[in-house]
Amino acid sequence: MSYLGNISQGIQTTWKGMMLSIQYFFQARKGRKKESVTEDNYFEKANGTFTVQYPHEQIPVPDHGRYQLHNEIDDCIVCDKCAKVCPVDCIDIEPVRSPEVFGQTSDGTPLRIHAAKFDIDMAKCCFCGLCTVVCPTECLTMTKEFDFSTNDILDHNFSFSKMTDQEIAEKKQEFEDYQADKLKAKPELPAIKKESDVMKKPAAKPVFKPRIPKKK
Amino acid sequence: MISFAFYLAFLLIFVVFAVYAERKTAAFIQNRLGPMEVGPKGILQTVADLLKMLQKEDIRASAVDIIPYLLAPFIVFAAVFTGFAVLPVNADLSGSTITSGVFFLLAIVSLDVLGILMAGWASNNKYSLYGAMRSVAQIISYEVPLGLSVLCVIIISGTLDLHQMSVLQSGGILSWYIISHPVLIIPFFIFFISGLAESNRTPFDLPESESELIGGYHTEYSGFRWGIFMLSEYGMMLLLSILASILFFGGWNSPMEKIANGPIWSTFWLLSKSLLLIFVQMWVRWTLPRLRVDQLMSLSWKYLTPISIVMLFVCALWKLWLIG
Ligand code: SF4
Ligand code: SF4
Repeated sequence: MSYLGNISQGIQTTWKGMMLSIQYFFQARKGRKKESVTEDNYFEKANGTFTVQYPHEQIPVPDHGRYQLHNEIDDCIVCDKCAKVCPVDCIDIEPVRSPEVFGQTSDGTPLRIHAAKFDIDMAKCCFCGLCTVVCPTECLTMTKEFDFSTNDILDHNFSFSKMTDQEIAEKKQEFEDYQADKLKAKPELPAIKKESDVMKKPAAKPVFKPRIPKKK
Repeated sequence: MISFAFYLAFLLIFVVFAVYAERKTAAFIQNRLGPMEVGPKGILQTVADLLKMLQKEDIRASAVDIIPYLLAPFIVFAAVFTGFAVLPVNADLSGSTITSGVFFLLAIVSLDVLGILMAGWASNNKYSLYGAMRSVAQIISYEVPLGLSVLCVIIISGTLDLHQMSVLQSGGILSWYIISHPVLIIPFFIFFISGLAESNRTPFDLPESESELIGGYHTEYSGFRWGIFMLSEYGMMLLLSILASILFFGGWNSPMEKIANGPIWSTFWLLSKSLLLIFVQMWVRWTLPRLRVDQLMSLSWKYLTPISIVMLFVCALWKLWLIG
């Protein structure tokens, strides 16, 4: 390129660049509106400052946002499906069986197992949502709450069980007594099965078809 | 003496807010908000940073050449700040009345390259040395077009004294040199571009290019000494902007001939002209990318220097035939 051509190109390109950036400078008077992603023109706001001053202002999250898990413990039949399907094992359930049906969920499924412990460690959760899909009573849901950072990582373990230690001990005792009564009534059975098997095996698959009792 | 004290106080306050303005300009050009937390709209952010910086440990690497290492920031600052001695503030505060004012300024300010070279050499670090070498090469090359463009103004005005030069431009916006002598427009742009290079500002910030030299000549400095380098950089920006507004934009003269001419007003005019030029420097910084070393050299030697020599000739003819 010729000497003068270089000069004129240099001036032109510099001028163009400078004009472009001053345009942005003046556009910065306007900021982006804090609109939800569901708004129609969400992706059309290329001009103006884009920063969201997070703790002071937030972009609204859609109601069906997939963030923090919530368990409506009164509706949970403690089937353990969510804990089994979870790819990162962050749901920790401790079931306590009850001798008889002690209540109903809001959709009419009978409750047979107490949730002595129902912990979800949100620090491990990968927000895949599988647990909410398998839940038979739909008591485990994802909410739009995402702002749950804490200073201590242990606080990320959300506990949903409402039972006190005393209640847990009581219920455990109740079931043990019931088992013992059953053993007395049928003295032949324990000869075949060890007591520990009796305790364990039924506990593993009590509620794979939770709605059957309802049909009866 | 009073003007000197005025500029020292002004420089210190200016730096705090210039850093803030720089961040905000950068942010706005990049669709961001910039500092927002400390004080209303983040205006005290630099004050907080300054307090943090002053409390920092003065780290000295064990292999540095200690005497030049410790002296360098002060030499840079002293060189830059001495330049302010000859700047007038308003019609009554003329600064030091040296008859060869502009030349004194250019000569003394060139000494800051010595401090930069000392800093780079004494740091005993390849990046610092690279930065210092680049800085020396750059400042020496750009001194030529800078000096020549200043010479154009001197030919037109016939004086080397900056105060005298401002007096000659009194009488409203039409008697400012850049308007009354349009031949000075090109020298002004040459002056501005070489001024950017002299003060190591983007797009000529090769001596300290963060991305390749991690800060260049001041890589090894921390805390207060690093702050002095920053202060000198902003001081240099201010110095060159004030010089440009005196040489081309009428100095402390008001744009209206009879209105707003008091000492406070004229100080205001001088400083607002300079601050406007400083804004342009910031605007350039956040627009243009950094030059390569060979581009830097070719811009200076192939373009700016020849053009400024031609402009010197044109200005001489202008003076001979049109002013007489
Ligand atoms: S969302 Fe996924 S990772 Fe989180 S608890 Fe449910 S199954 Fe586990
Ligand atoms: S899948 Fe649903 S009902 Fe079953 S234990 Fe989990 S939360 Fe409770």
